[in-house]
Amino acid sequence: MKLTPEQQAMLDGAQGETMAKVVKTLVMYGDAFGAERMVPITSKCGHTVISFGLKAIQPVYDLYDQLIAAGLTSGQKFTADPRPIDPAVPSSLLEDIVFKKIMYTHQEKYEQQLKKLGITKDEDYTCTCYLDQVGNKPEKGDVLSWAESSAVVYANSVLGARCNRNSGIIELMGSVAGFVPEFGLLTDEGRKATWVIEVKCKEKPEAQLLGSAIGMKVMEEVPYVKGLDQWLGTELNEEACSYLKDFGAATASNGAVGLYHIEGLTPEAKEQGEALIKEGAQVYVIDDEELTRVKASYPIVWKNPDAAPALCFVGCPHLSLTQMEDWCERITEKLRERGLQRITVPTVFTASPAVIREAEKGTIAARLRSLGVIISYICPLMYMNNPLCKKKPVITCSNKLRTYTSARFYTEGEILDIITGKEGTK
Amino acid sequence: MKQFKGRVIVPGTCRAEALVSHGGFNTLASFQMALMFGDKQVKCGDQNNPDIYKKPMLGKALCLPMTIGSTTGGMVLYTACAIGKQPACMLFSKPIDSLAASGAILGDVWTDASMPVVDSLGDEFLDYVQTGMTVTIGEDGIVTVE
Repeated sequence: MKLTPEQQAMLDGAQGETMAKVVKTLVMYGDAFGAERMVPITSKCGHTVISFGLKAIQPVYDLYDQLIAAGLTSGQKFTADPRPIDPAVPSSLLEDIVFKKIMYTHQEKYEQQLKKLGITKDEDYTCTCYLDQVGNKPEKGDVLSWAESSAVVYANSVLGARCNRNSGIIELMGSVAGFVPEFGLLTDEGRKATWVIEVKCKEKPEAQLLGSAIGMKVMEEVPYVKGLDQWLGTELNEEACSYLKDFGAATASNGAVGLYHIEGLTPEAKEQGEALIKEGAQVYVIDDEELTRVKASYPIVWKNPDAAPALCFVGCPHLSLTQMEDWCERITEKLRERGLQRITVPTVFTASPAVIREAEKGTIAARLRSLGVIISYICPLMYMNNPLCKKKPVITCSNKLRTYTSARFYTEGEILDIITGKEGTK
Repeated sequence: MKQFKGRVIVPGTCRAEALVSHGGFNTLASFQMALMFGDKQVKCGDQNNPDIYKKPMLGKALCLPMTIGSTTGGMVLYTACAIGKQPACMLFSKPIDSLAASGAILGDVWTDASMPVVDSLGDEFLDYVQTGMTVTIGEDGIVTVE
């Protein structure tokens, strides 16, 4: 890799030993992918995936202490993933003990570290930092040093920014140095599609199920998706963006997708069309039968597969305001059909603090609560990391949550039926 | 016995028993419970990976195509290295992915742990190696499976 004189001096220790190690890490990272140079980060803000003060990752906090002691903080402010604990979410006394005394014992201390390192503000803990209400929304072409798989794939695909699937810690080191190695999704060539996905479903496919199928098939490669325009249209409106948010999160967690193109909709697909598809790209046809097959392949890891759900999580990644409004209408309608006032399964809707604040300004938050829905800023994945949850029959329509925890996946329609007490559902 | 030539990402020599994942290795899902609750054998917690689910990973030659999943992956690998709970080595059939590279490099630069990493060993490597076989990484980065 060819470094500028200033970057070389940093590597040689001109700004201290710790900065030299930061730059060495980034150089090795770039070398592993044949990067020829470093490029400056151009986004206004960064985003870190590490938002939790988990006792088990003490070495991470020790490393951050080294950065802080050396006077190295992020050159740009950054947002962070959701907090792991929220008293609004139901938990038993035993679960509370595990959360507070065993798992997230370092939360307060870690949040102090994040303040020193440069977090934007105290409420900016969410995986959907790119939503308008939060405001960490990069411009097309911006170079980012972000981590959080669902945010990276959204920024690349829907916003047209440029970011590799960086790991936690590495993303902060990029922000500290002010530059990142240029490879992969930062290059024009790396953004070309090596898979063509032909969606031939009879009805609009569930975003999280379609994303799962594509992620498991293409893994880390770039898919170019055809056939979604009949349902999503050709404009990135609120509804389309919410769909792509959930779709992308599933491609990234069930596989390792960092960028997708949607024909006629996402910015680069609109500009370049099929010129984005590499010669010799493989083809994957997805119809309703294929989605049924994929869903049936998910293992059910509940102790008792026939157990009645004890808890439901909706909002991984965090819900948009549009989604909260949509769910509110659908639950209201279903309960009316069934002559019920409130949902029958404890259900948590998760969203960013900024989106929740907007929901509080209007009627949505109050209406959802009146239906029995709990609203929280928590990360459901971090809640489910509690080993006691293995015995708890939790349901979700998030394929990311399913992948990392014992939560059982149902489509949004199935979830709606279950939580509104449809006969024959559990 | 068969030998494979790959690309050295983190140098080092190693001899260990193979643990083979034919599907993508989900780093967070595999390590999170073991690291969080101090499992001495670091058993794999990824229920979606039938090849290695519940099998000990500590000290094994982890053979895999690539890693997948959450971008905490590199941080998880770094943590495993920092507390001495890492695999003996990681051997990738494909070119290494960004999350695994991050973890391996962070472990190399910021900890004293030894976890040699070789990538691009080819599909034939993953077809040949089986869990329980002995894997050796030589000084030249050549991987011997027997």
